[in-house]
Amino acid sequence: MIEVKDIVKSFDGNVVLNHISTEMRDGEVNMIIGQSGSGKTVLMKSLIGLHAVDSGAILYDGRDLAQMKEKEIRALHREVGMLFQGSALFDSMTVMENVLFPMEMFARQTDAEMRARAEFCLRRVEMPERVWNLMPSEISGGQQKRVAIARAIVLEPKYLFCDEPNSGLDPKTSLVIDALIQDITREYNICTIVNSHDMNSIMEIGDNILFLKNGKKEWQGSRHEIMTSDNEALNDFVFASELFKRIKTATL
Amino acid sequence: MQILRHIGEYTMLMSRVLRWPDRQRMFWRQYSRELEKQGLQSLPIVLIISVFIGAILTIQAKTNTENPLLPTYTVGLLTRETLLLEFSSTILCLILAGKVGSNIASEIGTMRITEQIDAMEIMGVNSANYLILPKIIAFVTMMPMLVIISTAIGLLGGWAVGAFTDIITIHDYLVGVQYAFNPYYVWYGIIKSLVFAFVITSMSSYYGYYVRGGALDVGRASTNAVVNSNIMILFLDLVLSKLLL
Repeated sequence: MIEVKDIVKSFDGNVVLNHISTEMRDGEVNMIIGQSGSGKTVLMKSLIGLHAVDSGAILYDGRDLAQMKEKEIRALHREVGMLFQGSALFDSMTVMENVLFPMEMFARQTDAEMRARAEFCLRRVEMPERVWNLMPSEISGGQQKRVAIARAIVLEPKYLFCDEPNSGLDPKTSLVIDALIQDITREYNICTIVNSHDMNSIMEIGDNILFLKNGKKEWQGSRHEIMTSDNEALNDFVFASELFKRIKTATL
Repeated sequence: MQILRHIGEYTMLMSRVLRWPDRQRMFWRQYSRELEKQGLQSLPIVLIISVFIGAILTIQAKTNTENPLLPTYTVGLLTRETLLLEFSSTILCLILAGKVGSNIASEIGTMRITEQIDAMEIMGVNSANYLILPKIIAFVTMMPMLVIISTAIGLLGGWAVGAFTDIITIHDYLVGVQYAFNPYYVWYGIIKSLVFAFVITSMSSYYGYYVRGGALDVGRASTNAVVNSNIMILFLDLVLSKLLL
């Protein structure tokens, strides 16, 4: 579990995160949503430790991120998997080498054991064997996302961060990636944090949704509670389109 | 202020780079790749430039020493000394700064803007050490060999002038090449090249590692890496020549 306690983050006097407190729970897809400039990315980067917060605390299962030394942060990062918006696969390595990389750096296993684990993860994300030896540039965007998920889970992380996982994907592939994230979260009891704009994702997999507005926590709840929420800012954001407005009306 | 920021960032980066690698096996794998990429792939350009420069130096030396008071071996002597003291170490490194330096800066810069470096950091990998150290060690290893090959091929270029033209006789050229040979000059060239190899790889890596923005910024970083490596090479050439000669 990740606990966020009253954090404040500013850049050059401009407050981007304003006294935010929340909990990101294990085995759930915790989503951070909000308009562009609302502080989603800064919050995610602060959670990972790429930004130091001005005040407040971020606790990873009780361990305070701000109190950790560089070596401890690197050790913590080995418990973290991250899915980047652009996949961030290493373009000089094949699909298989990308998935093997974290294990080769940190796992104390034989080559055969590492290979078996990488194959398991690639099969888990439904990557066909024929593409394992291709370079990332030779596979589709959706496949790149799957490989990135396989790489993120190969060391059995406790925490999985996903930055706009459906960015640039078609709606059908987005659904597949969402389902994969949700299944993996449940299966391995991972604390998954997803930063998303995608309304389909929010309504499909958001177990615990944090809505930010102008750097403040505006609302928090599940995808089911969104449908009945009377928070005006949340409704303006989530049900901005006519289609979603009609869906909400029909549901109520 | 800007230069102080660069010095500070460069020092901090090097403090992360110059550490014992996390995994030896991964380091040696990267090292062998870099030997091939930075060293062996530089060989064709080194060979082409050296043979032509050797030949040109010989022709120019002959043109500028048309004096009956000067011994006939002067041309070979001048060619050898120029190659050993300056061309095969400094000028060659200036040329390689263009090839190797821009390659390193653009490779690391592209990894930065496509979040590949962030991905490594979030995995807990010391990305600076993993990416940059093998490049530095590989190029520093290859550079003395490139210098020796360049000198040999440059001398061969001078010999070819004697063999295929009537500008100078092969005999006069070979006497000059062997005349009053000081082996220390070979070491002088090698020492300089080791320093320059470190400068090229570390400075280019620095410019690539701290890229912010997009493709245009990677291009800009690549240009800055080459220009500033060249300036630093020339400055250090002056310092090392004063210290070593």
